[in-house]
Order: sequence, then C-alpha cells, then structure tokens
Amino acid sequence: MKPEPAMLRGLVRGVLSTRQDEIGCDECFEEVDRFVEMTLAGKNAAEAMPLVQDHLQRCRECREEFEALLAVLRGLS
Amino acid sequence: MTDRTNQEWLAELREPAEGGALSDLRSLLIRGLRHAMSDRPAVAEEDLEDFAQEAVLKVLTGLPSFRWESRFTTWAHKIAVHVAFTELRRRRWQDVSLEEITSAPDSDFIPERFADPAAGPEQLAVQEMVVRTLRQTIARDLTERQRQAMMAVLAGGMSLQETARRMGTNRNALYKVLHDARRRLKTNLLAKGLSAQDILAAFEPRGPE
Repeated sequence: MKPEPAMLRGLVRGVLSTRQDEIGCDECFEEVDRFVEMTLAGKNAAEAMPLVQDHLQRCRECREEFEALLAVLRGLS
Repeated sequence: MTDRTNQEWLAELREPAEGGALSDLRSLLIRGLRHAMSDRPAVAEEDLEDFAQEAVLKVLTGLPSFRWESRFTTWAHKIAVHVAFTELRRRRWQDVSLEEITSAPDSDFIPERFADPAAGPEQLAVQEMVVRTLRQTIARDLTERQRQAMMAVLAGGMSLQETARRMGTNRNALYKVLHDARRRLKTNLLAKGLSAQDILAAFEPRGPE
C-alpha cells in the first residue's frame, strides 16, 4: 500500500477532531432508530443527537447500517 | 398485512401463536432488506430470507430491551440490517487474515518521507513534523493492540467488525481501542505547539501561502 496525501490528510483530520466524549458502536446502535426517524421527519437529528452524528461520521460500519436503514424506511413508505 | 401499533406488535409477538404477527414481521423485514440490498446484486433472495429469519429471533429475544423511542418496526428493521451487514462483512473478509494485513512489508502506513508535491516550504515543514510525531507515537506510545487495530482498519481498510473478531473482541470494544489511540496521537501532535487549525492547514490541498 502506497501512502498518499489524501490518506494522511484523512488520518490527521480524524486524529485532531478526536473528542473525549465519543460514543461507541453499541450506543450508536441503541440510538440510531430514533436518529433515522428524526431524519425522515425532516428534523435536525444531527443537532438533537450530536454524539450519534459524530459517531456516524467516524465509523464506516455504523454509517453503512444507518444508510441502509434509511433506504429501508424510504423504500417502504 | 395489517398495520399495527407498537403495543399491538409487542402484544402479539409475546403470544405469537395467537396471530400472524411473526409471519407478518418476517415478511416485512424481507421487504425492507430488499430495499437495503437493492444495490448488491450478489445478495440472493434466500440470503434475505435467512437474514430476516435470524433477525426475527433476535427481535423476539430482544423484546424486553425495546425502548419505545421509535416505531417498533423501525427498531426491528434496524436489527435486520445489522444482521445482514454483519454476515456480508464476514463473507467479504473471510479469506483475509489479520497477519496478512498487519505484517505486510510496506504496512508501515505512515511514510518515513512524505512529500506532498502541492505543498509550499512552510507546509512541508509542518507535514514533516506531523509525520515524525505520528510515527514516533505509533512506535513508542501505542500498545501493540492499538497499533495492530490502526494498521488493519485505517491502513488496510479492513472491516472494524472483522478486525475485532480476529482480535478476539467486538466492534464496540475495538472502536474504543482506536479512540484511545487517536487521543494519544492528538495529545502528542498538539504538544508540538501548533494549533489543530495550523496543522490541518498544512494538509489542505491548497494551503495558505
């Protein structure tokens, strides 16, 4: 794997934006159904649940599941 | 399929013999998963049925933990999506060992020499400081577990869940391992006297002159 400026930039951003109060995947999972419903209702879920928003930005797997859940509810509505 | 309130779903699933709630839930989860997997042609209909079946079991055992903060069906779809993605990640990475990813000769993912061709001299100086600090921190201050997790997930692009499984832990715990590693790296970077903004500016594609 060849290191690229973009990879290093991403790593540096990720490191410097680290917060003390980050939540983990389990807590995100607990909250994400409410987060998705708020999003679909046009409410500002990111503002209401900033730690969930922060985790979704950092964690590719939780984000993947969040987006899939959005797709499910949009598809079924 | 009849629409149910949260209360109706819970009541019927607690006494599944009395109604068709189980079969309705299973069908609903399959329909939902079709939407979730619409861009994944490799996922077969029978996979969806298996995922939904496993999800129904998890929903039933998890009923006491439903918190009434969302619709019951949203909560159930969340579980089905999680079941499906867990299995898909397992399949995607099943032939890759952790050793392969973390012990490759060029897996030292922070380059010793990093030259961004677009950077000016001041940016280059900051970049060099950052690279040196990151390398030193990884080598001296991180635990072997933190280093291994960073290598696999950040450099190797391996799934957090699958890295965790290979390391004998779970996704949530491995996230915390990486979080601790990032905190340490951040502390050491900021100890060099530059602000986060100054450091980030040195990594912007077109930094300030």
